[in-house]
Amino acid sequence: MSAITFAVENGLKRGTMMSGGRLRRAYLTETKFECLRALRAPAFAIPFLLLPLVLYVLFGVLLAGSMSHGDATVARLMFVNWAVFGVMGPGMFGFGMFVATERGQGLLTLKRALPMPPAAYLLSKLIMAMLFSAIVMVTLVVVAVVLGHPGLRAGQYVGISLLDILGALPFCAVGLFIGTRTSAKSAPAFANLAYLPFMHLGGLFYPLPRSVQPLEFLSPAFYLDKLGLRMAGAPSLDQLASGTAGPSSHGTPILCVVVLAGLTLLLTGWSIRRLARVG
Amino acid sequence: MNNDSLDFLAELSGVSKRFGNVVALNGIDLQVRRGELLAVLGPNGAGKSTAISLLLGLQQPDAGTARLFGMSPLLLEARRNVGVMMQEVALSPELRVREQIELVASYYPDPLSPDAALEMTHTTAFGKRPYGKLSNGQKRQVQFAMAVVGRPKLLFLDEPTVGLDLPAREMMWAKLRELVRNGASIVLTTHYLEEAEALADRVVVLAKGRVIASGTVREMRAIVGHKRIACSTSLAAEVVAAWPGVQSVRREHGRLQITASNADVVVKRLFAADGDFHDLEVHSAGLAEAFTELTQEPTQEATQEVAS
Repeated sequence: MSAITFAVENGLKRGTMMSGGRLRRAYLTETKFECLRALRAPAFAIPFLLLPLVLYVLFGVLLAGSMSHGDATVARLMFVNWAVFGVMGPGMFGFGMFVATERGQGLLTLKRALPMPPAAYLLSKLIMAMLFSAIVMVTLVVVAVVLGHPGLRAGQYVGISLLDILGALPFCAVGLFIGTRTSAKSAPAFANLAYLPFMHLGGLFYPLPRSVQPLEFLSPAFYLDKLGLRMAGAPSLDQLASGTAGPSSHGTPILCVVVLAGLTLLLTGWSIRRLARVG
Repeated sequence: MNNDSLDFLAELSGVSKRFGNVVALNGIDLQVRRGELLAVLGPNGAGKSTAISLLLGLQQPDAGTARLFGMSPLLLEARRNVGVMMQEVALSPELRVREQIELVASYYPDPLSPDAALEMTHTTAFGKRPYGKLSNGQKRQVQFAMAVVGRPKLLFLDEPTVGLDLPAREMMWAKLRELVRNGASIVLTTHYLEEAEALADRVVVLAKGRVIASGTVREMRAIVGHKRIACSTSLAAEVVAAWPGVQSVRREHGRLQITASNADVVVKRLFAADGDFHDLEVHSAGLAEAFTELTQEPTQEATQEVAS
């Protein structure tokens, strides 16, 4: 290669490499604006930040509290169950709706054409969903301490909060799976089609009849709930209803973690492959 | 990387691409040279967007190669030299204009400041407004700011002035000329022929997935300067083709179709050579007509390659 060619090549290539600092900044900027725009979107922020709080106060604290005459075991169970409900939405709808919309309206195409670091797209959304989950957990912990009185120690509050913030990941993966396969218009419907059964089969709101209980295994919420109940030392609603109070009988914690992690990796990998190939 | 690839900032070589049964591109060659504004013209479905998508790595060619700065367009290192303005894109309506620009700037190693990009594109006045509250013309201006904020060496602009009012379009034209003066290269797809005439150094016309004409604007005007003569005559096509000033002759539906640079002389000679000569038609085309004619005849394989 001649000296001139080399000079030309350097001239062309100059500025195409990014310093580590600027690359980190690209990830940070992407994440910052992903969070900002989600917080500013009323149709997203209001249901997923306020609804868990309102429903927990109404049903988890006031209704369940009066029905159980302030029983601390019931209060613990309610806190754990509503926390799971609270972290399901941001992941499923944040990925489902946003990815489908951005695919359909050209924004994803533009970002693929621009030199956006490819991982920044999903990572920023993941952190957004975890930020929403963290906000939900903080509000629920405050309500629990002030009104719910489940008698949990500080360490248990922190542990359950971290568990559920991480527990948003499988729901992000389900949302991503939906978002990469549906149009912007149908994504909310499909997200609901998964969200509602997950919620009800997770055994979060009422004890399921014995005949339906095997279906609980289909809901990621069930596994996350089991882990939370174990940390809180509370029975599940099913156990409470059948009178066999005590630690959960369905599955060991390791099984729950394996199922949730496996689901997350499987759906995320599958979706990333599709995003890379189809867009 | 070799010498040749560096002569062209972006290049398609022998590229074909099909979507199902539809052939979008049929073995095309396209080069973007340093410091030029290249206008890519063609009717809808001609393959313009597919060609741009391949150069940006959004799609992969079925045959042939796409190179961007001598590299695969899939590499971030290649795309960091590139700014993009797409035709149909909905940006997050919740983010403010300045934030949109700041986000895109973060992808580049040495970008302009968001404020500089706002100023350059005359969008400072609505920098603090949410993107969703802008008019369509303002949105195009913001997308232009996003295309230039990374100080790209090569800009891909897909129909950049659609929806702009006259002052905004004038402003964008002036900025494009300034960018080229400062050493940037631009690939522009447009429906507005006057835009290509006003801005382009070189024009490529696509139709049905092929390059049917390419050359400088002056060369394109020369094609346009040619007249098309149609007539019924018993003269053989080969005889007429040998006359001076005649570019091409073919027989179609029993009539001779002649392209000539000196129509008057050729018509006189036709009269002289053939007593039975009749049904004379002489067309002179503007660039718009030439463009329409060119794009309607892709099946004739009569590629008019005027680039030297």
